[in-house]
Amino acid sequence: MVMLTDAWLIARKDLKLEIRSRVAINQVIPFALLVLVLFAFALDPDRGLLEKATPGLYWIAVLFSGLLAMQRAFSLEAADGVTDALRLSGLSPSGIYLGKTLSVAAQLLVLEVLLGVGVAVLYGTSITGWLLLMATIVVATAAISTAGTLFGVVAAGLRVRETLLPLLLLPVLAPVLIGATRAFEAALSGTPSEGWPWVGLMSVFAVVYAVAGIFGFGPLMEES
Amino acid sequence: MELDDPTFRFGTEPVVHLRGAVALLGRFPALAGVDLDVDRRRIVLLRGANGAGKTTLLRALAGLVPITSGEAVVLGVDLRDDRRAVRHRVGLLAHGTGLYDELTVADNVSFWTRAARADKADAEAAMTQLGLDGRLRDVAVGRLSTGQRRRTSLACLLARRPELWLLDEPHAGLDKDGRDIVDALVRDAAAAGATIILSSHELDRSIELADEIVTLGGGVALDEGAGGGDGHVD
Repeated sequence: MVMLTDAWLIARKDLKLEIRSRVAINQVIPFALLVLVLFAFALDPDRGLLEKATPGLYWIAVLFSGLLAMQRAFSLEAADGVTDALRLSGLSPSGIYLGKTLSVAAQLLVLEVLLGVGVAVLYGTSITGWLLLMATIVVATAAISTAGTLFGVVAAGLRVRETLLPLLLLPVLAPVLIGATRAFEAALSGTPSEGWPWVGLMSVFAVVYAVAGIFGFGPLMEES
Repeated sequence: MELDDPTFRFGTEPVVHLRGAVALLGRFPALAGVDLDVDRRRIVLLRGANGAGKTTLLRALAGLVPITSGEAVVLGVDLRDDRRAVRHRVGLLAHGTGLYDELTVADNVSFWTRAARADKADAEAAMTQLGLDGRLRDVAVGRLSTGQRRRTSLACLLARRPELWLLDEPHAGLDKDGRDIVDALVRDAAAAGATIILSSHELDRSIELADEIVTLGGGVALDEGAGGGDGHVD
């Protein structure tokens, strides 16, 4: 119960910081939409290829933009003695982990909805298989944010964190990229039964990283 | 000793007991065998040149820097066994403010108060005591002066109601009124049962405030003496 209360406190604080700072609105979302536009420019001569590649391009755009949100989640705590204040606060490390995961997940969900609109408008994709699409978005978001928050604290204490986090995290998230892309392909091609096993795989991924984060975040925070 | 052992909280056990305490920063012994005993309700001034070990000692007492050898017991908690266990019972005013620039004064104080599981009323009272309850309460911390940030950090500490106050240069960046407020807070906290250890280069003011003075040099306690305060242990 204490863990959940602490998680809610941290998530609210992080989201309030994001709303006040407007970094997500002014930088992350424009970056994500720019990535979509650049993909459209690159593949425009062959509209068929663009349509075929849409699920993969969508999730690559989500991962790249999500990295900015994850780096931001920990740069907030690196400022002016805040890390020490968090250690002294009495908040449970598992609560801090879950709170940060929730905050990153909320930002990713907003980003994914906007990118979905962008894909429909820019790439002319007709959306089908809503149930599978929604399930994929929810589960992939959980997988990305649970792993991203765990690796975020690993990189947080290092001077090279901005460059280290993508190097650490992108290979780890490769299974999520593959699973989410395959599930989207299945949904958009009207064969949802082929997508659900990928959703199951990503669910296992999310649960494994959530458990690792709940138990491992405290010791990692001590070292950051 | 248990964390909530009433014989500790209200007894005569020293709040801080260090014997030959060593703390390493990398391979450098920032504390090279410190001996220190501090009783409840005392105000202790740490003085010494830059690099003497004052900040490291305060951080070690807060459980942020590990003690690698010697004895170290704070508020009944053996820091060598579990230094995390003491953290929520101490308040550290460090060089960094520990504040979020984008949040307002009220948001920051409220967040750290709730994190410490203290009451909302404590946050309001702390802001009032630090003179932050007027137009400043809804100003983003990033827009405050250094002194106003320092006062906000102090409000966060005060609202947590710590048993042991660790103040690293508490007068730095404050004007005369701010310094007077700090001194009054320290005296009030000691009167209410808290123990205060502070480091300061403002020696005239701090010596007057302190019950005891400990001089650090080269990571060890070189000398102990009486301060100008009139504090006493019940």
